[in-house]
Amino acid sequence: MSATRGNGWTGVLALALIALVLAFVPLVAEKFYVQFFAKILIMAIFAMSLDLLLGYTGLVSFGHAAFYGVAGYALALITPQYQAANFWTSFPLAIAVSALLAFAIGFVVVRMQGIYFIMVTLAFAQMLFFLFYDTKIGGGNDGIYIDLRPVARIGDWQPFNLDNFAHVYYLALALFVLVFLLLRMVLASPFGRVIAGIKANEHRMQSLGYGTFWYKLACFVLAGATAGVAGYLAAVQFGVVNPEMLGWHLSGAVMMMVILGGMGTLTGPVLGATVWMLLELWFQDITKHWHLLMGAFIVLTAILLPNGLIGLYGSLARRLARNHD
Amino acid sequence: MAAWPAVWHETMTESAPGTAVVLSTDCLTRHFGGLTAVYEVSLAARMGEVHAVIGPNGAGKSTLINLLSGDLPASAGRVLLRGVEITGLPAHRIARLGVGRSYQKTNIFLPFSAFENCRLAAQARLPSSMRFLRPASSYHALNEAAEAALAAAGLAARGGVVASALSHGEQRQLEIAMTLATRPSVLLLDEPLAGMGAEESASMVALLRQLRDSHAILLVEHDMDAVFSLADTLTVMVNGAVLESGTPEQIRASAAVQMAYLGGGEAIHD
Repeated sequence: MSATRGNGWTGVLALALIALVLAFVPLVAEKFYVQFFAKILIMAIFAMSLDLLLGYTGLVSFGHAAFYGVAGYALALITPQYQAANFWTSFPLAIAVSALLAFAIGFVVVRMQGIYFIMVTLAFAQMLFFLFYDTKIGGGNDGIYIDLRPVARIGDWQPFNLDNFAHVYYLALALFVLVFLLLRMVLASPFGRVIAGIKANEHRMQSLGYGTFWYKLACFVLAGATAGVAGYLAAVQFGVVNPEMLGWHLSGAVMMMVILGGMGTLTGPVLGATVWMLLELWFQDITKHWHLLMGAFIVLTAILLPNGLIGLYGSLARRLARNHD
Repeated sequence: MAAWPAVWHETMTESAPGTAVVLSTDCLTRHFGGLTAVYEVSLAARMGEVHAVIGPNGAGKSTLINLLSGDLPASAGRVLLRGVEITGLPAHRIARLGVGRSYQKTNIFLPFSAFENCRLAAQARLPSSMRFLRPASSYHALNEAAEAALAAAGLAARGGVVASALSHGEQRQLEIAMTLATRPSVLLLDEPLAGMGAEESASMVALLRQLRDSHAILLVEHDMDAVFSLADTLTVMVNGAVLESGTPEQIRASAAVQMAYLGGGEAIHD
């Protein structure tokens, strides 16, 4: 017991240290890299949200971009023409839209098992993709530009200005830390133990008296809402939303990030998102056929690191511990 | 009590006064396609008694347990819990009403420690686990319930071991411990002694004897020594139907039972 508690605190300490280092990025880095780091933080939030389903509950959702994209569209659609939206209303509203969509989709898919779950989550996300792609609701293929970023004014006081790229970065960093701590708390709670139990043996959970449907649905909604946080931030950062934010390419990419980093942990997806984004940047620099390099890297990790990058850290730690003994 | 089906009256008057029927079935039937696995079975489990169901392989004993626990829906007939019909309720609802079950094939959370297996089982007693703020480990009553269940099943020293690393016999003990941790009033035990060594078996029989006072126990078991030493009532099933039901003495003396067992190539040893 004391050992796990100790690990928990070193985790928080490590996070605090990383957050502190990250807080200095805008002071030393150029705009491009500040925005790049903000994008990593956004994808890390997105990846953690998917891992709730993929790694913790054992639900392979292949349409997770739907909840990310719809929050972005929500911001774009509630932003009035030639005016800025209010951050304090648009942010919770966008997340509520993601949560509501997750409830509706989850209500159907959470009953399904295995391959059907994968197929139907994908089908729902693609329906949404084509809804925005083929109709004029969200500007079709081109999407919608958000020319004026949301304004975060409280009375006469403006705590941060989202037209400033550094402030967007700090908002992403703050929300990343908040989401990490929030999910960490939820995963340690009775609810978190229930979803772990569902992953390990859903049948036994039912015979112990757990109505697993509602727990899976609640987890689906939580994951959708968290993806919405990332999608909102992405819309703010890039100033544009388009159907690709809902597409299966993105759903696949975020799944790769989670698997690459290590499923069933919170640091795994963060690590996966970071490495993925860095590699993408690097490979794109080397060649325009960077997808080939990315593919090769994924194949290699799958063969060499079945538990993801975080598994590498685990086996290193064990080896060190053995040498100490 | 007026709602009890007529079949009961006979057996009810036979039993000692004060022993209340907790779980009962009324002409319970289950078909699998053309096969009738359980046919018009009517029996009762009483508080403070062990009701053992025996019979050759394929007699429908496990199917009967699955019908009682809600793991399988019945094709016909009724299941009553304290006089209230629970037929067709999903397994988790039946479990919440106080019916705990163990499985013939070990059905545990392999990646979790033995303690966490029992703690999660105990947590099922919370009105709801939609609790997101406090760590699960800070619910001390659940931790204590888990420790108590482990100790009762003889696993007190093994709580920290991952379930997949336990021996087969220990996994069987854990199976029972988890069932106990939910604090059920009815225990449906599907071959609890299967795969246990002689020593573990003896302590499990002692545990069941101890549990009998505060539970209604329905036991499916092949170990005839254990069955005859534990059971207050015995029901013999053959081909899905009840062949005979009565006290151990009556069953031992029954010509029909002897015939069925001799015909099936098995014999009841005492």
